[in-house]
Amino acid sequence: MTPRRRRLMLFSSVLLGVAVAAGIATLAFRDNLQYFYNPSEVAAGKVPVGKRFRVGGMVPKGSVQRAPGSLTVTFAVTDFAHTVNISYSGVLPDLFREGQGIIAHGKLDTSGVFVADEVLAKHDEKYMPPEVAASLKKNPNGPPAPAAMAPSIPKGVTL
Amino acid sequence: MATWTWFHRFGSPPFVYRIAGRCAPWFGAGAVLCIAYGLFGGLVLAPPDYQQKDAFRIVYVHAPAAWLSLSCYTTMAVAAFVGLVWRIKVAHAVASALAPVGASFAFVCLATGSLWGRPMWGTWWEWDARLTSQLILLFLYLGYMALRSAHDDLQRADRASAVLAVVGVVNVPIIHYSVYWWNSLHQGATVMKADKPSMPAEMLVPLLVMFLGFTLFQLWVLCTRLRAEILERERNARWLREEIQEGA
Repeated sequence: MTPRRRRLMLFSSVLLGVAVAAGIATLAFRDNLQYFYNPSEVAAGKVPVGKRFRVGGMVPKGSVQRAPGSLTVTFAVTDFAHTVNISYSGVLPDLFREGQGIIAHGKLDTSGVFVADEVLAKHDEKYMPPEVAASLKKNPNGPPAPAAMAPSIPKGVTL
Repeated sequence: MATWTWFHRFGSPPFVYRIAGRCAPWFGAGAVLCIAYGLFGGLVLAPPDYQQKDAFRIVYVHAPAAWLSLSCYTTMAVAAFVGLVWRIKVAHAVASALAPVGASFAFVCLATGSLWGRPMWGTWWEWDARLTSQLILLFLYLGYMALRSAHDDLQRADRASAVLAVVGVVNVPIIHYSVYWWNSLHQGATVMKADKPSMPAEMLVPLLVMFLGFTLFQLWVLCTRLRAEILERERNARWLREEIQEGA
């Protein structure tokens, strides 16, 4: 084996080894690296008990209710299999609206309501001009890209 | 084997020094044109987004910077690998010249993302898989540069930093796929995916032109920095003395 060949084998195997190690570590920490849980995971009891965690999903139409005279908002998030009710008092981000994916950070209380102290809006990867969005709203079965108007569902949600 | 011999010239410092000098102005001119058109197209011509309104326009800087920070690192790692295995000094010089460029792109990507995240997501920073892995990329660049400057001996600096560059390349696919492997706050890819882009042409074209402009800018800076790198490494070489005398 020439020295050059030996170096090629050496550094290729170093790279391969590091890649395998990173892959195994990634698999092992799969759950810890989850940024948020889905409502189905909450319903199945996979979430940490008594600890703060994040729940993410889509806010269904008509679920947002504001308590008069305060900043408290209650709404639901769903992954279309299960729903979690959330209560939050504070300022909501610009992109928060019904039909939008959001992520809430907080704790489940004893009655099963998720009390959030932070709500983040999750944006999807789709961009379109306002006119296209408006014409899609009027005619949801219209030809241009119907998928673009589908509610933004956070990744990992199975319908 | 004959088809490979043309490639060997790229291992020769005088050849690379001259060709980089010849290419640099073209890359520079292309970069200026593309970025000027891309900025005008993105900031003025493209329609606002239906949800984010004008705030989406930060994508014209954020996304090209993100792509370039990844491609810069990949190129750097390949160059470092070639340098390690074939002991080609020019390859080490390429890797060393690229590091600050890539670090700048990674920083721009993180900074613009943070500015956008505050109004859109409602937070400057979250320890989300995509954001964290991109931050690690910036630290890899900084670590690479720190490791280089920690050695006085150039050959040692080359080899030690090259190992770090090669090992760190595993982070590149992690960054790209982080939004698919884990539930993350960051959205999935709009352009860099097998599907067609989730963006209409009037928004997409300026973005692609910006991407081209950033790539040309990177090549321009690479050529210039590579020449400086070669000047420093070959300062005692005879070809360089002749080159300078010719030019004078």
